[in-house]
Amino acid sequence: MDGLESQIGEWRAYVTRAPAVNGHDIDELEAHLRDQIAELDAAGLTGDEAFLVAVKRMGDLDTLSREFAREHSGRLWKQLVLSGEDDPARSSAGWFEAFVFALAAAVAMQVARLAADFPDEEPEWLFLNLTLLVLPFLAGYFAHRRQLDPRRWVLAAAPFALLALVVNLYPFGADSDTEILVALYLPVTLWFVVSYPYMGGTLKSHERRMDFVRFTGEWVIYYALIALGGGVLLGLTALIFEPIGAGVDERLVEWALPAGAAGAVIVAAWLVESKQHVVENMAPVLTMLFTPLFAVMLTAAAAIYAVSGAAGEFDRELLGVFDALLVVVLGLVLYAMSAREPARPPGAMDRVQLLAVTSALVLDLMVLGSMVARIGDLGFTPNRVAALGLNLVLLVNLAGAAWLSMRFLSRRIAFHRLERWQTSYLPVFAIWATTVVVVLPPLFAFD
Amino acid sequence: MNIHKDLVAASATPLVLAILAEGESYGYSILKRVRELSGGDLEWTDGMLYPLLHRLLRLGYVTTEWRTPPEGRRRRYYAITDDGRAALAEQQRQWVTVTRALGGVWRDSGWLPTAVGEA
Repeated sequence: MDGLESQIGEWRAYVTRAPAVNGHDIDELEAHLRDQIAELDAAGLTGDEAFLVAVKRMGDLDTLSREFAREHSGRLWKQLVLSGEDDPARSSAGWFEAFVFALAAAVAMQVARLAADFPDEEPEWLFLNLTLLVLPFLAGYFAHRRQLDPRRWVLAAAPFALLALVVNLYPFGADSDTEILVALYLPVTLWFVVSYPYMGGTLKSHERRMDFVRFTGEWVIYYALIALGGGVLLGLTALIFEPIGAGVDERLVEWALPAGAAGAVIVAAWLVESKQHVVENMAPVLTMLFTPLFAVMLTAAAAIYAVSGAAGEFDRELLGVFDALLVVVLGLVLYAMSAREPARPPGAMDRVQLLAVTSALVLDLMVLGSMVARIGDLGFTPNRVAALGLNLVLLVNLAGAAWLSMRFLSRRIAFHRLERWQTSYLPVFAIWATTVVVVLPPLFAFD
Repeated sequence: MNIHKDLVAASATPLVLAILAEGESYGYSILKRVRELSGGDLEWTDGMLYPLLHRLLRLGYVTTEWRTPPEGRRRRYYAITDDGRAALAEQQRQWVTVTRALGGVWRDSGWLPTAVGEA
């Protein structure tokens, strides 16, 4: 039987190389292989024959690995087996593709800057259109990478054109609140627009939506890293050129900063797509680290505000801070979810997350109460409507998440249901952001 | 008989769920049962069963556990859940409708022995 054992060992080593198949899967497949061999043995085949037949019946490794990858898209994400399967040449061409789109975004940004004569002038249209100058190139990059057909290219481009028209044709008044809101919410809307080409021209697949959530998280990490590195580089360059003459460092910042910031949007996306395994090691660590810290902070805040009853003193700035905090918590929850192995049973981390979500819920309720009181006293303004809407949208999401996580922790439902709740909810965020951009300004006479 | 792979794929989920509804089982024995039920006509590539089982696991239709029975090797056992039974019932309704429709049209056009239509 020694020969058989070494054959099985070799087979195991071979299967281990398949990217989407992990150790437990191999254990399971090996148990199957041994059962099959034992039965063939009993039927009178020799050890070698039984092994060959059993391996043949298992199926060829490429197909098997692809099937595993299709099911475990989280693991697939690590290795991207599916995107590379038809076209091995693409990986080497990948950087060039990204470079072209990044360059285009950088040029668009520079042209806009020169047209606006920034920083001597600071016209509002420049700030309003900032993301409209960059994100279409990100969408284009994905549309090209996913090889969308012409009809889908049009569908991917249309929202950008429509939003650009809307934002630039609206006659905003001087010091308009709605204009600031549009500048804040437009990036969110546009990011959702990018999801269409990212998901390869479909919106329905919940698995692809989860991939987009994961992509967003990783993209933020990469962008932050690039921004850090770029900041250090720019700072050092400015210092080195300082003795040569005044003005060099300012020029440098004027030219390099906007172009770099725009190009980095696409470069970060390319890094997420192609250098996945680098972040792969970092992302679970980051969520492991920050989920408990946020949970502690939120619980403390909820407890303190509940005891001191400071609900009446939420002023506008503080409300804004709370909204931002809740968005960050939601982002953390979503990202932790996207990095989680769905089949794993509930653990300590899920409890910590439930604590974070429940505390966030309590805080949200308090903010909401204070906001309703404010609106009762002072009436509706664009800012209050936007903040109230965002709070309601978050409240429903967090309440649903808390309820489902409790049911998951008591093992009454599968984790899949929690995931499904979040991916089904994503369009609500998109719709609300679009409403603020498109509907709110005319509603308040562009004030 | 060589059954088209789309049909094999479509029938895989209800078949596995139905076998697990008979009692908990592990991969190899599920496959044996499939062969037995179809008289060897349904040929699955063995490995493909596992991604399918993992999908059912993710959807919460089955639960799983590694166990070593007294006489035997360590295996991963799967058992159906209530959600799984509900999904199976739904699949059953769909398949009954499909087979009834096909049986009806084949009987009317006299293509096949009526036995199929009555199934």
